[in-house]
Amino acid sequence: MKFMLMMNTPAGGDYQIMKWPEQDIKNHMTFMHAINAKLQKAGELADGQGLSAPSKAKLVKAAPDGHPITDGVFAEAKEFLAGFWIVDVPTAERAYEIAAEISMAPGIGGKPLFMSLEVREVMFVTPKDA
Amino acid sequence: MLDRATQHQLRELTPQVLGALVRRYGNFAACEDAVQEALIAAAAQWPDKGAPDNPRGWLIRVAARKLIDDVRSDVARKNREHLVVSAVSPEDQMALSAADAIPDHDDTLDLLFMCCHPSLTPPSAIALTLRAVGGLTTPEIAAAFLVPEATMGQRISRAKQTIADSGVAIERPSDDDRRTRLAAVMHTLYLIFNEGYTTSSGPALTRLDLAHEAIRLTRMLHRVAPDHAEVDGLLALMLLTDARREARTGSAGELVPLDEQDRTRWDAAQIAEGTALIAAAFPRGAVGPYQIQAAIAACHDEAATVDATDWAEIRSLYGLLLRIEDSPMVRLNHAVATAMVDGPAAGLSEVAPLAKDARLKDHHRLHAVRAHLHERAGDTAAAISGYAKAAELTSSIAERDYLLMRAARLR
Repeated sequence: MKFMLMMNTPAGGDYQIMKWPEQDIKNHMTFMHAINAKLQKAGELADGQGLSAPSKAKLVKAAPDGHPITDGVFAEAKEFLAGFWIVDVPTAERAYEIAAEISMAPGIGGKPLFMSLEVREVMFVTPKDA
Repeated sequence: MLDRATQHQLRELTPQVLGALVRRYGNFAACEDAVQEALIAAAAQWPDKGAPDNPRGWLIRVAARKLIDDVRSDVARKNREHLVVSAVSPEDQMALSAADAIPDHDDTLDLLFMCCHPSLTPPSAIALTLRAVGGLTTPEIAAAFLVPEATMGQRISRAKQTIADSGVAIERPSDDDRRTRLAAVMHTLYLIFNEGYTTSSGPALTRLDLAHEAIRLTRMLHRVAPDHAEVDGLLALMLLTDARREARTGSAGELVPLDEQDRTRWDAAQIAEGTALIAAAFPRGAVGPYQIQAAIAACHDEAATVDATDWAEIRSLYGLLLRIEDSPMVRLNHAVATAMVDGPAAGLSEVAPLAKDARLKDHHRLHAVRAHLHERAGDTAAAISGYAKAAELTSSIAERDYLLMRAARLR
């Protein structure tokens, strides 16, 4: 089963991490690299990407003539997707375990952040018996 | 599994085998598929049975057989026409002469010209070059670019279709075309090298080493086009840049800038090779952008410390580069060298007009450079906001992490 683990960041200007001390940033990054390496080694990581800053995000829709209309993102948005993992695991519980581990990524002073991750099952195209 | 030496040998033989087939049967697309199948067959059979005495002849024979099988089944299905344009019967085609086993002609350069044809988009040219000349499989290339295998398969098919539609044949371009075509080949190899340098948050550990693959292909190009100083320059640039790779990343995966790198971790052998190449190429006249960039890289690589770097020489090399290609990014690099020679204030005033340039004003590097210069000039507040702005704008995680830490250090 594949699950997408989505990590959101609060909206409203800069990344929160921009206000952290250097060593805390470093510890956070090291933690994330270690998680990725561990999932990779366990054969559970299908994909994972970090996304660039929300300030670079655009909302896009088609004009009546089909051409793209781009706009800055809405200021009302409460949070933005910061990055995601797609894990390939035997059960939903295993995906939740991984999400919980990421949730405890260290923040200021090494204290766990207890971030909320949205976990969604990835659908597949063909029926299982096909 | 094939051992590394055999795998390397197979990849080196790929363009020669493909060249021999295309010369004999025409139809690049079908020949290319057949060569891939022969490579897969070799990977499956050689570990048990041992490599044949004449690997090149073996690959040509197996690929020719696959090609003819494919033609027969296609003809049977009547769903494709004129795959092989030849009056010779398939059986006679199979009876390859002894000459096929001995390379009398190296087709590598002509294949590179074909795969990097200007009618192809850069991503198509890159994928096709890695497969047809590099001997890599579609799954390997897909993994290297972090795209699904089916997507990469389609990209390669479309590239081959474009070649078929535009009637590009395997032939040496005319002298008039040669310069632009060679430039296209070098640009494609340079893009492959650069791709190897971009890091992603994805499953990076399994990625094929594209930087090394680009160096291998450029060595091939260097072998078959030895009279080109710019090819020497490109190879030197790759070797001198790649030599610093180990030292470029810190323990948390963050970028380590040149002035903070542990220079004992640089690859001395690669530096020696690159430096010798560029030293020999430079006096030969017709100095181009790759040679100049390689000479700049050599200035950095030869210095034991940042302070020992010959910044005046680097500045004059960027000046030379500006005369060939006047781009805002080259101007920015020139300003960095100026700051190292004449101090941060001189650098900042050289950067000032670039901040108004539409091509550069939202580029992370402009803001990072300005932040560095403000930091050196003692303007901490301006440095912090510059690093933060650059961190927001960059698309590289390693670079963002470095910039965040740099800003944090000043707070």
